[in-house]
Amino acid sequence: MAALRVRCRLFARYAEVVGSDEVTVELPPGAVVSDAIAALRGAVRGAAALPATPLVAINHQHVRPGTPLRDGDELAVLPPLAGG
Amino acid sequence: MPYATREPIRVDTLIADVAGPTRGGTAVFVGSVRRGPEDGPVTRIEYTAHEPMLEAEFARIVTEAIERWPDARVAARHRLGVVATGEASLAVVVAAAHRAHAFEACRHVVEEAKRRLPVWKREIFDDGTSSWRDNAGGRVASDAPAGGP
Repeated sequence: MAALRVRCRLFARYAEVVGSDEVTVELPPGAVVSDAIAALRGAVRGAAALPATPLVAINHQHVRPGTPLRDGDELAVLPPLAGG
Repeated sequence: MPYATREPIRVDTLIADVAGPTRGGTAVFVGSVRRGPEDGPVTRIEYTAHEPMLEAEFARIVTEAIERWPDARVAARHRLGVVATGEASLAVVVAAAHRAHAFEACRHVVEEAKRRLPVWKREIFDDGTSSWRDNAGGRVASDAPAGGP
């Protein structure tokens, strides 16, 4: 099976910390959200400062660290929420 | 209408959106940018969001509320961009047949919005410095220049 390409989007303070608002990571088939976060934290200087288990959403829906990923997913890495 | 807006929130428009002859109770919640004693010299807050997700999540929250309180109608807005102290940042208006459902549904939508919407705020202080603030009360100083006027 082919590798998965996942588009990690970063917002607010996390985008400042990483110095970018988008990083694409490649993952082996069967990868889950926590695999993508680990790959992201190792892919870009600054991303290591991100928490190991941040809030995450796939394709605009909150998910858990064990949620499976599909090729082409958008994985939003969300700083602590502050709406209202 | 989108749930996110960069214009001042018009509560009267939201009330009109949910009004109807069978709905006798309307509850209104308006959250505003605060400068309380514990907040420091905040002059304004810059709100940013993952906007497509904000729209999707707010729609899910409203749908859940209507499933739970079928007689309710809900209108809501979240302000984005720079908002001065005293201005509304979140408004939720619920009309229902009777006041109990209006109050309950309004409270539910407000609490879920604060818990689930992908929105972030940067407080900007009198001296031009700023810090990220989350709903748990956490603050982290920002190196980014403060935006807005």
